[in-house]
Amino acid sequence: MMHAPALQPGNLVKQLVLLFACLLALVPTIYMMVTALKSDAEYAVNKLGFPEAPVLDNFSAVLVDSPFLYWMLNSTILVAGSVIISTVISVLGAYAIATMRFRGRDTLLAVSTSLMAVPPVVMIVPLFVLYTQLGMVSTYSGAMLIYAGLITPFSVYLLTTFFQTVPRELYEAAHIDGAGHFTILLQVVLPLSMPALVTLVVVNSLYVWNDLLIAIIFMQDDAKRTLMAGISIFSGRYNNQVPLTMAGMVIASAPMFILYILFQKQFIRGLMSGAIK
Amino acid sequence: MTPSSRLIPYLYVLPLAALLGFVFGYPLLRIFEFSFKMVRGIDGPWIGFRNYELILGHSLFWESVLHNLQLLLAIPVMVAISLIVAVLLSERVAGWKLYRIIVFVPFVLAIPIIAVVMKRMFQFSGPVNEMLRWMSLDFMALDWIGSSDVALWTVMILIIWRESALGIILFLARLLSLDESMIEAAKIDGANWWQRLWHIILPEMRGVIEFFVVVSVITMLAAVFSYIYIMGGGRGGPGTSTEVVELYIFNALIRSSLPGIASAASVMLFLVTGVLIFLLFRVRRRAEAA
Repeated sequence: MMHAPALQPGNLVKQLVLLFACLLALVPTIYMMVTALKSDAEYAVNKLGFPEAPVLDNFSAVLVDSPFLYWMLNSTILVAGSVIISTVISVLGAYAIATMRFRGRDTLLAVSTSLMAVPPVVMIVPLFVLYTQLGMVSTYSGAMLIYAGLITPFSVYLLTTFFQTVPRELYEAAHIDGAGHFTILLQVVLPLSMPALVTLVVVNSLYVWNDLLIAIIFMQDDAKRTLMAGISIFSGRYNNQVPLTMAGMVIASAPMFILYILFQKQFIRGLMSGAIK
Repeated sequence: MTPSSRLIPYLYVLPLAALLGFVFGYPLLRIFEFSFKMVRGIDGPWIGFRNYELILGHSLFWESVLHNLQLLLAIPVMVAISLIVAVLLSERVAGWKLYRIIVFVPFVLAIPIIAVVMKRMFQFSGPVNEMLRWMSLDFMALDWIGSSDVALWTVMILIIWRESALGIILFLARLLSLDESMIEAAKIDGANWWQRLWHIILPEMRGVIEFFVVVSVITMLAAVFSYIYIMGGGRGGPGTSTEVVELYIFNALIRSSLPGIASAASVMLFLVTGVLIFLLFRVRRRAEAA
């Protein structure tokens, strides 16, 4: 039968509901982009429509006045550092938990997994006091360590689950060939684990890049400010210049947006398998 | 096994244990200790329960708790929205892959960015009110950001908008793993769309819905700092109308330099989330068993 399925009344309703959901999901982004192209004078009289005389001045003003690119560099350093630290440590730990037998293994996994749900705000007070004492506030290594710790329970959980699905025969065959644990991990397990590692990198990078709480407490120096902490200051300073603020937000959201569009598949797979936890 | 080979697993997990011990273990022990001390700088004398008495006698703390509790009202809305969208997407209607990319967008955008944008959209003279007036709904054109009666509800709109995307992601992941033959069989038996949803799909999703609800409760009580900090101008404003417990801890630690007070509040928040985490694992075990 050659029904045109999109034209059935039930399907029409479904399409309309989904279109409406998409519209709601996109409205802030559209508003941000459209407003960034307006002059202050035009925004005063035209808040909803598309700009009649689009201008790019807001973008150049933002880039001249505020160190957005510098903030992004700081965020990138923290993301790279913490994701690398956490991934290495989690791969080693999860490999042992998944493939070796030792006392305390189950406890370690249970504790690590339950830490996934502990809100970061609970940990900040002693860490801040300690960092003040050690002079580690506003250092990259200090913040990286905290971020690495916060994302590690999820990494361990995901990797352990994944490593457990690798067939045991693979390990045993490699063992018989005389390969040590570390060789097996590097040459057999990791090449098989790329999908899980991609998920980890996506979910963890998003977490660190988007965090505000740790950033404003542990990276207080102007020179160390992350993008999210920078935004909170930037938006307070230009409270009344809406188009300028929106140009800043377009610039700030551009990296993740571009990555999301370029790597949709990896992001969607990462988010969906990452969300299951 | 030789003694040295028995040690090998511990070499692999040592860095992990050290990192978790430092970032979680140390602080979680220390907040209990600090909460009984009058900490000045890095340490201070024991003062028993004074910090707790101070906090529990502080009306701002109770106001913060109340605000966190009010945010829980967002959860049923989030569940409903996420369910509708996820179920429709899972039916793979024409264009569903594109729709999926778009409805995930709120979860990819950073909360501070989106909070800055929403704050401008909801300004009294902003586009939302302009739109409402254009639709002759003037009575709904509130002072969304500037009025202390409305501000927390506006934050809630933002939270619902963003956290529903997480719900959609979770629910869709579960729905796509459902056994399709069951749904097909129901179709052949003549069950209509609502019957299939109610009798077949929803029971299968009970676990993931419970999981999302508990995760969201933890979020509302202890992980809304980014929303509040930006929407409330860094101070939970206007006035104290969007103050939450996280901001109370932040202010006690950073603005008033009272780590003891901040620790006592952290302990209370930790104990509450501890109960929820326990619940979370029971819910998840059941979800996995199902």
